[in-house]
Amino acid sequence: MASILAAADLESLFGALTDRGYRIVAPTVRDGAIVYAEIDSPAALPQGWTDEQAPARYRLARRDDEALFGYAVGPHSWKAELLPPRVRLWQARRENGGLAVDDSVSDTGPTAFVGVRPCEVAAIAIQDRVFVGGTYQDADYAARRRDAFIVAVDCGDPSDLCFCTSVGGGPEAREGFDLALTELLEPEHRFLVRAGSPAGEEILAALPVHEATGADLEAASLVVSHATDEMQGRFDATDVHGLLLRNLESPRWDAVGERCLTCGNCTLVCPTCFCTHVVDATSLDGATAERDRVWDTCFSVQYAEMHGGNTRPSPKSRYRQWLTHKLATWQDQFDSLGCVGCGRCIAWCPVGIDIREEVGAIRAQEETNVHAHA
Amino acid sequence: MATAIADEVAAARGAMVPLPYRVLRKRRENHDNWTLELEPVDAAIAPLGPGQFTMLYAFGVGEVPISTSGDLEADGRIVVHTIRAVGAVTNALCSAAPGTVVGVRGPFGNTWPLDAAYGRDLVVVGGGVGLPPLRPIVYHALRHRADFERIVVLYGGRTPDDLLFPKQLEEWSREIDVDITVDAAGRDWNGKVGVVTKLIPPARFDPETAVCYVVGPEIMMRFTALALLARGVAPDRIWISMERTMRCGVGLCGHCQLGPTLICRDGPVYRWDELAPFMEVPEL
Amino acid sequence: MRTLDAVIVESPVFAGLGQEELELIAGCGKNIAVEAGERLFREGDDANTFFLVRSGVVALETYIPNRGQVTAVTCGPGEIVGWSWLVPPHKWRLSARVVEDLRAVEFDGACLRGKCEAIPELGYELLSRIAGDLADHLTAAYLQVLDVYGDGDR
Repeated sequence: MASILAAADLESLFGALTDRGYRIVAPTVRDGAIVYAEIDSPAALPQGWTDEQAPARYRLARRDDEALFGYAVGPHSWKAELLPPRVRLWQARRENGGLAVDDSVSDTGPTAFVGVRPCEVAAIAIQDRVFVGGTYQDADYAARRRDAFIVAVDCGDPSDLCFCTSVGGGPEAREGFDLALTELLEPEHRFLVRAGSPAGEEILAALPVHEATGADLEAASLVVSHATDEMQGRFDATDVHGLLLRNLESPRWDAVGERCLTCGNCTLVCPTCFCTHVVDATSLDGATAERDRVWDTCFSVQYAEMHGGNTRPSPKSRYRQWLTHKLATWQDQFDSLGCVGCGRCIAWCPVGIDIREEVGAIRAQEETNVHAHA
Repeated sequence: MATAIADEVAAARGAMVPLPYRVLRKRRENHDNWTLELEPVDAAIAPLGPGQFTMLYAFGVGEVPISTSGDLEADGRIVVHTIRAVGAVTNALCSAAPGTVVGVRGPFGNTWPLDAAYGRDLVVVGGGVGLPPLRPIVYHALRHRADFERIVVLYGGRTPDDLLFPKQLEEWSREIDVDITVDAAGRDWNGKVGVVTKLIPPARFDPETAVCYVVGPEIMMRFTALALLARGVAPDRIWISMERTMRCGVGLCGHCQLGPTLICRDGPVYRWDELAPFMEVPEL
Repeated sequence: MRTLDAVIVESPVFAGLGQEELELIAGCGKNIAVEAGERLFREGDDANTFFLVRSGVVALETYIPNRGQVTAVTCGPGEIVGWSWLVPPHKWRLSARVVEDLRAVEFDGACLRGKCEAIPELGYELLSRIAGDLADHLTAAYLQVLDVYGDGDR
């Protein structure tokens, strides 16, 4: 059952969320990009903006309509909310011949994520498997996740770098959300709204919606199919696990290793990258100590440092680690692919390395070798 | 959104929070190795199994993963670790006087499959600081002598001064086969000189049935496995213990990956043939 | 009491050889016993023998000023000690000292060289096997040099 909410009534959704104590994080234009920030009204949404993306390129451009969500994805992802760059894990004091540890979970309160792309919904589900799906759960992530309300927005305008359909995703949010919106521009600016959870139903009931007509449903379905068609055949993910693990010593790694700056931008913008490290600090008098968890990147030269040296000293080895983890060994570790096909790593790589091209080259190399020895 | 997330925030938190332990006893093993015996100040971690490790915290300095080197059937409350002082954290731990409070998280990782060796010859091959993680195996085997056939300990160190537990090795040699070698010796050494793999051909065990447990620097484990294979030990009866950078110890920080495996979670104990293909790729 | 041809198969270098070959090789050998502390051979002396250790330990060593006699490697049961008999100028490259009472088979190198020249197939077979033994010793020596327990700062 789907409903229609007029674009002019989007304010009511914001109101309903705020009334229930949610702070709202949503897309907005800042510093020439569409980023996620705390906003209090739909007026701050990137109305009439789109993004033009290519390897090593991201630019905003004006649309010729008034779409509120007429772009693909920006440099931010929701991991900044669920897995913040810096979190205090605990603080400890030497006391009574022991340690007094204060490990209370910080509380940002309920947060509504408005404008979550289906690829981002998928990314959140992937990180759920890592942080709350294993033997050990991350308490901070679990708490933030429990307190998050997800308003997904289907994609009408994928960028040239989007390839979600090649990795098991698509421009339509299917599950894992509380509410999902599909933006329709003609003949009136409106949203098809679907609820995906009891919490979503509850809020939907408070909005000035009316039931969607057959025409509405068809219009929404066209938005999705148009986006799907656009992304056809952009990445061949056939047996990517086997392909990469069979070719760990392909000369292609050396080639990409020469280009890669190991800047780690890809890991910063990737919605599933989750590596962190811990920072231990102590007060000057040595009486209290604290541990923070901070974002890390497998591209940093310290990442694989051990006493006795470094197990991944070369840029090539670190690039290989990142890509094979993302597309291959993530499956061994967490039973899912690590990549959602959002294309961010391609846009934000300063030298424009395109993972689709890299995998394609390794595949082509393997085929050449096979034929050479046939 | 209500997902199927357990609300046991406290339990989840526990994995990342160190429990206070006091240094009960401390013993210098050689010029840069110390064994610490730790007792809980309050709550204790679950008893460690052979092969498992804890994340040991030196107040304000940091944490390191250290395997247990103790007799796990003696006092389950006491946590025993043999530590080499090589960096800031290990130096802080090794210079901690009895009474100092440190932090312990764990036990983490998997255990040595000792039942694989029931009714068979049990062979332990240690290289350098690889002997401490193997010691719990020997303790267990000596306590349950009848469960195993021959027990053989082969140990290689850098120089005689670097050998760990020399007195204990001597005591063991009265009950089981112990063979020791060093890479380089001075004038006072009257024992064997040469790499630890040389101890394998003459060792008294049946390669057709023996189960081997090997720990040392990766290159030593690689060559030892090859020497064991050359002697006829099947690849699925060689077990190793791996080491990589660790930050969380619980599979959430990504650091300890080697190809498809997370060493803190799927290891540190591995069957040789399962990990060998990945150990052979440089810089993986 | 076993004959020498049955004894020498204790070494992987001779194991698997045909009975005729074993007898030919054993024909150049004799049992010896040397007490711990005794020198087996001296660096620089003529080398026309080699040994198959049956029990005990032999240390290969050399003199380094300020350090004294330094053991490079020790050899135990089943190992062959000595290759200088094979290649001119047939002089020992290192000294050897018995560390634990030694029982060994001592081979007359000149005798064996003669038989190998007379029967090329025997010579080829023996040399191939000795080459394999040397390769193992070399790999082990490299591992020693690599200082695997060290920090790579050598």
